[in-house]
Amino acid sequence: MKVVVAVKQVPERDAVVRVAADGRGVDERDVAWTMNEPDAYALEEALQLKERAGAAGLGEGEVVVLCAGPARVQSTLREALAKGADRAVHVVTPEAGEGSLAGRDSLDVARLLADAVKAENADLVLTGLQSDDLGAGQTGVVMAELLGVPHATLVLQVELVDGGGDTPTIRVKRELEDGWMQQVEMPLPALLTIQSGGNRLRYATLMGIKRARQKEMREVQAVAAGRRVDEVVKVSIPARVKQTEMLTGSADEIAAKLVERLRFEVKVL
Amino acid sequence: MSRDVLVVLETKGAGWHRMSFEALAAGQKLAADLGAACSAAVVGEGAAIAPLAAELATKKLAAVFAVGDALLSQYAADGWVAALAQLIAETQPKYVVFPHTYQVRDFAPALATRMGEVLIGDVTAIQVADAQSEPVFVRQWMQGKLNAEYRHGDAGGVCFVSVQAGSFRADAVVDGASEVKTFAPTLEAGAIRTKPGEAFREATQTVDLSTAPVIVSVGRGIGEQENLKLVEDLAAALGGEIAASRPICDAGWLPMERQVGSSGQTVAPKLYLAVGISGAIQHLVGMKGAKTVIAINKDADAPIFEVADIGVVGDLFEIVPALTKAIRAQGTA
Repeated sequence: MKVVVAVKQVPERDAVVRVAADGRGVDERDVAWTMNEPDAYALEEALQLKERAGAAGLGEGEVVVLCAGPARVQSTLREALAKGADRAVHVVTPEAGEGSLAGRDSLDVARLLADAVKAENADLVLTGLQSDDLGAGQTGVVMAELLGVPHATLVLQVELVDGGGDTPTIRVKRELEDGWMQQVEMPLPALLTIQSGGNRLRYATLMGIKRARQKEMREVQAVAAGRRVDEVVKVSIPARVKQTEMLTGSADEIAAKLVERLRFEVKVL
Repeated sequence: MSRDVLVVLETKGAGWHRMSFEALAAGQKLAADLGAACSAAVVGEGAAIAPLAAELATKKLAAVFAVGDALLSQYAADGWVAALAQLIAETQPKYVVFPHTYQVRDFAPALATRMGEVLIGDVTAIQVADAQSEPVFVRQWMQGKLNAEYRHGDAGGVCFVSVQAGSFRADAVVDGASEVKTFAPTLEAGAIRTKPGEAFREATQTVDLSTAPVIVSVGRGIGEQENLKLVEDLAAALGGEIAASRPICDAGWLPMERQVGSSGQTVAPKLYLAVGISGAIQHLVGMKGAKTVIAINKDADAPIFEVADIGVVGDLFEIVPALTKAIRAQGTA
């Protein structure tokens, strides 16, 4: 089974986020980048699927990791290769401005990725359920529609089922709201967006990091940007809605102030 | 082209999803601000949605569309996309408003794509300067650290929007009278490619955080599993329950049943003490109802401080043990 995992490189969670000079984006200078966490879970699921299929004698299988962005995203692709992906495809976009990821809307970004996936003829396409930066949570579903394949979102587990027919089928466990779950079956090829927590994430081993250097990293030039359907007119730091009383001092001073509040205001002591 | 609004409501069991009327309130307000008409749609098996459509007819709406078909008796993205694409083609709204539920996240991006559009999702506010101008939709970026204002650029097409839980008030829905129109989409069983199973719960929940008066909740800032003891000691000193944000449960450091947030439990304690929790929106929706929120976090820009009554910017590894000690000293005083 061939699985393509689409991953995104996003600012680290602790990154200090500044508004860009034009007031319509994020200032990317001084930002440290990392693999979007839900995408790391998608990669983990893909690697485990391949390992399980291999153990069950269902053939070799291949995990291809895909990422769009400027040159910096190759560090994220290398990380995926070090964890066990077989090869990488880098859809190269400009750093900023026309044709960059920030310059494209969610439909156009999904189109970039879907075009690259098409060339792979994958059985399964996985991606995280949303990105930690823009949080649109749409890329996977839009890709499925563009690729003309069925999809499921918020998936925690994937298993191959033997339907007895010609079409291979998968059964997934997906998360509903309020702690409810659901099984969904669909024929392959299909696209799944993976929810975090279904697996434990693996670390890259030293051997994996070494091997990753030998693995293929193919660069594909991104197609020109389409016309944006929506536009971002302004980005700003949110105004505070609640008056938060900030306590300062040494740890012991803060503890004393908190105890005071807990006793006389919150009344839980 | 009209500037009319269509709100697509979501059902749950035999009734409504709790966010449906928040979306309806958002749609009614948008239509009023634009001087346009607002309609609503409910999708499902015909007989099942009839009483819900009748209920909608008591609201101030231009029309209520009961989108019914036997193939819509259970949710599947393919059925919903096909049915709603036909309704939209027929009724030609300019704005289509959804509640930002898990189900909407599953099908609305595909629906927008099929119509060459995008979904402006998880919107926290809609600003309309005047009836002539284009509305501005506010979404959060960077886990709530930034607000981004979006405008639908393509004047000709449909603008799809989903609204975040708690951003609009369900009790703001305006009553009135309208007519129920049944809409029968043309659907083919073979075009619904996924086979959905029934909803189930994994295990009975043994911890009910929803009634706990004191909750000490821990997030990524704790760093290592071994450090959890610090927070457990604090919870014990306060006589409270321990809870966590999703990443802690994902890592298996605490059981999933102790997770607070949109995919976990919703809590409303007297005190919610958030330790090392940045406050991603998925977490905040689960604890916004707390009477008092105290947050300890090293990042002064963390969104948790937006909802905290009392905030401490600092090192939890110094502050938490000091607080536990000070609370214990109270007991012996």
